[in-house]
Amino acid sequence: MAIDPIHQFEIKKFFTIGQFGPLELAFTNSAAFMFGAVALIVGGLVLVTAGRGLVPGRMQSVAEVTYEFVGDMIRQTAGEDGMRFFPLVFTLFSFILVLNMLGLIPGFFTVTSQIVVTAALALIVFVTVIGYGIWKNGFRFFRIFVPSGVPIYILPLVTLIEIISFLSRPLSHSVRLFANMLAGHITLEVFAGFIGLLATGLGIFGFVVGILPLGMTVALMALELLVAFLQAYVFTMLTCIYLNDALHPGHGH
Amino acid sequence: MDPMAAKYIGAGIACIGMGGAGVGVGTIFGHYLAAALRNPSAAQGQFGNLIFGFAVTEALGIFSLLIALLLLFAL
Repeated sequence: MAIDPIHQFEIKKFFTIGQFGPLELAFTNSAAFMFGAVALIVGGLVLVTAGRGLVPGRMQSVAEVTYEFVGDMIRQTAGEDGMRFFPLVFTLFSFILVLNMLGLIPGFFTVTSQIVVTAALALIVFVTVIGYGIWKNGFRFFRIFVPSGVPIYILPLVTLIEIISFLSRPLSHSVRLFANMLAGHITLEVFAGFIGLLATGLGIFGFVVGILPLGMTVALMALELLVAFLQAYVFTMLTCIYLNDALHPGHGH
Repeated sequence: MDPMAAKYIGAGIACIGMGGAGVGVGTIFGHYLAAALRNPSAAQGQFGNLIFGFAVTEALGIFSLLIALLLLFAL
């Protein structure tokens, strides 16, 4: 049994919807999992809040705690008027979190390990920040490139660095999530593959020694569970920090 | 030298840069933990700054990983 850790990221085509010139529009396993995640989030939230109890039950408090968690995150980083972006931020958080968690189930496809998905999510945030920043602040939006309190003789250099760091945001924003999920799943697959290699290669002795990589796989799974949550949190937190630039250019981080 | 070999060596060298990011991220979390133990009541308010510093530091490691991935798969 050979280990092929990349195989799990293969996109499989279920059926073709249409053809646009050289581009083929197809329904893939990636799209299926995205639809599944959206159905899970929307269905779950609608279902648990259907009772609208004044004193929330167990499931309703899960929804309320998630709401408050994201709400607090926005209020702390982007201020009270950042709450107008609550729908966007909450959607990003729940979408990425559910996709990361679904990907951890063995045999399931990890949508967030595709750079095209994370890049699209990061570009949505990037375009929103630029568009809203210019719409709300006009020319003053460009003050985020000129930090106050910097001596005049190094200001051109600092401005240049600020512009480069602003333009590299969508790159690091998307690649962070993508690389973390990709590397985590490859590591899991490699260690899980060791079990099969030992069991088929060494016979009875291999079954005994195979407990070691099995334990490692279980431990890595716990770590990946943490990473799956942390990366969803970091992605959302950075979204809030970037939105803060659009809302209040010139101060903050 | 065989160009494929040069590519793989280059990708390996590019990954060394991630070590620097590892040092940086470790420093950030270590100092946060040390400060949080000294003054636990102020720790919660600085969590956003912690994540921001972590993200900015990790971005540099991600850039070197990106170079490695580009060398392996794109170029």
